[in-house]
Amino acid sequence: MTDASKTRREPPLSPFLSVWRWHITMLTSIVHRVTGVGLYGGALIAAGWAVSLAMGPEAYATYKSLLGSPVGLVVMFGLTLSWTYHLANGVRHLIWDTGHGFDLKSANASAVFVLAFALAATISLFGIAAMTGAI
Amino acid sequence: MTSYRTPLSRARGLGAAKHGAGHWISERVTAIALVPLTVWVAYAVLRLASGDYMTAAHWVADPLNATLLVLTFAIAFLHMHAGMRVVVEDYIHKTLSKSVLLLLNLFVCGLAGALAIVSILKVAFTGAGAL
Repeated sequence: MTDASKTRREPPLSPFLSVWRWHITMLTSIVHRVTGVGLYGGALIAAGWAVSLAMGPEAYATYKSLLGSPVGLVVMFGLTLSWTYHLANGVRHLIWDTGHGFDLKSANASAVFVLAFALAATISLFGIAAMTGAI
Repeated sequence: MTSYRTPLSRARGLGAAKHGAGHWISERVTAIALVPLTVWVAYAVLRLASGDYMTAAHWVADPLNATLLVLTFAIAFLHMHAGMRVVVEDYIHKTLSKSVLLLLNLFVCGLAGALAIVSILKVAFTGAGAL
């Protein structure tokens, strides 16, 4: 029995963030979670929309004007961005589940693609909304 | 004392969730269903955003729209519940706070999901004309 065995530190149970170099696949992983939690709130807003519709024209008009207010539009923009991201990255995860695209090069490339897609799709959707008079 | 249990038997139930594949698979199955359903919802939001109550009520009263809305709400709330459950299990380790948050997650998803589906069905069955 040596002294070293007595003072041995507990080994870390999981990789600790402080010694890891920040890379894009880490970013896409945590953003998937964050947008998922954001969309949780979005689904509650959607449920509120359904309830307001069932309550009648006045409640519906009030709810719709809330969603169309400046704060509402910021929330809608965030939710749209969360949805396009979570959708694209979710498909990326489903492809990984089949065993494809998991090597470093593909994972980095698909990460860039997913981020670019989410931004482009969100801007396009808001462009369409502006053109069709939705906002 | 020698254990005669197999390594698999000893490992079972030791994960944070106490169970395994069923949850993982249902998360994937709901995810696949939500790909077309949420794209359809985005189209619906764009359509209904420029309309008023009557536009929305008539749109929801269409059987296909009502069916897809009910399915979307049901599957989305299942998927949300599964996702939030993993988040809680990953970050909250005290048994009491973890149990409270898991229950809260279940009840919020159950209540909001049921409210949304009943509301859609009410509009679908009684229509805008009932008002």
